[in-house]
Amino acid sequence: MGGHASKQIDTATLWGGKGSPFSMSYGKLMMWFFLVSDALTFGGLLVAYGYARHKYTGEWPIAEKVFHAFPGVDAHLPLAYVALMTFILIVSSVTMVLAVEAGHRLDKKGVVKWLALTVVGGFVFLGSQAWEWSHFIHGESGYVMLENGQKATFETHGHHYHSNEELYAEADLVLEDGTVLTGAKKEAALGTMYKHVQGANLKENEYGPQLYANFFFFITGFHGFHVFSGVVINLLVLIQVMRGTYDSRGHFEMVEKVGLYWHFVDLVWVFVFTFFYLL
Amino acid sequence: MERDDIIEYSPDQVHGEEEGRKIRKKIWMVTLILSVITIVEVMVGVYFGRGTVSDGAWLGIKIFYIVLTLVKAGYIVLTFMHLGDERKNARNVILYPYILFIAYLIFIALTESSYINDMLQRYF
Repeated sequence: MGGHASKQIDTATLWGGKGSPFSMSYGKLMMWFFLVSDALTFGGLLVAYGYARHKYTGEWPIAEKVFHAFPGVDAHLPLAYVALMTFILIVSSVTMVLAVEAGHRLDKKGVVKWLALTVVGGFVFLGSQAWEWSHFIHGESGYVMLENGQKATFETHGHHYHSNEELYAEADLVLEDGTVLTGAKKEAALGTMYKHVQGANLKENEYGPQLYANFFFFITGFHGFHVFSGVVINLLVLIQVMRGTYDSRGHFEMVEKVGLYWHFVDLVWVFVFTFFYLL
Repeated sequence: MERDDIIEYSPDQVHGEEEGRKIRKKIWMVTLILSVITIVEVMVGVYFGRGTVSDGAWLGIKIFYIVLTLVKAGYIVLTFMHLGDERKNARNVILYPYILFIAYLIFIALTESSYINDMLQRYF
């Protein structure tokens, strides 16, 4: 009954267990299957993000207004920093593909050179992301809640204040209906302030709906964790290349397999970049 | 007995110096394309961002972004991950189930969220 083949399959139809029908090694095929499942995870996360984004379509923050800072520069440069991060990751993807190509020529020196550069690129990207997160968490002037239930923001005219005392004293207060408060009226309004939200955490953020910050932390964090593990794996393979582990095998396929993972990380970033920073 | 049914390594992936030069040229070409696309995307984002253009224009820009993203993804998957050089059945087994599933997920999520947004606008 169940489990028994009822009909004999003729040998012409049988694959016969010889060479792989995909002409791929076991490890590489499994890496691809892993990447498909990982891509489904990221796909699910980004679709969930899209769901929230469409649900709160009017109040969703505009990326150019959230991400416009650049380390060491006191200017308004929308998207410049993420563009740089994207470029860093693309370049590290290129060095990886060059390492794989060198491996195909059995050029060990080339593999070491390009793989080392890939590891460096990965670390630079992680550092950039840390800065990005730190900036997102600390935020800027934020908004305040007043006792009459009104939400007010600060008009800083592009100034950068070093402390909140300075901010309260010097910036104008703008109510939700657009009224600008200065001088004594502002002091009176600020006197009734019971909350000042700056930057973002998992409970509240100054940018928009709470889900926005939560998705930002989760998706870029999950991607950052992939980058981190990719850097670690690349580093381990680099050490093995230098120790000559793959010389005795006669091929550098391990470089190719970790390369697939590394390109996948770049691929995910391409989508994160579009959906978080552009749309 | 030694098993002969496991390919430890795909032998056709090894290439010589001459072919390597051609492949490297292709890699740099793709790098250039990816960088140019990213620069174009950022420029459009800076000068025609959401909220600065009309709704109709923004819809066009959205589609423009998604097409460019898919182009970039295509270059990364087919050239950098050289899935384009793999056998056709390997390529299909990786790409089609994924595309089918995600397309359905996107459709269902966007339909539902647009409906919920409508209801929020209308009743709250």
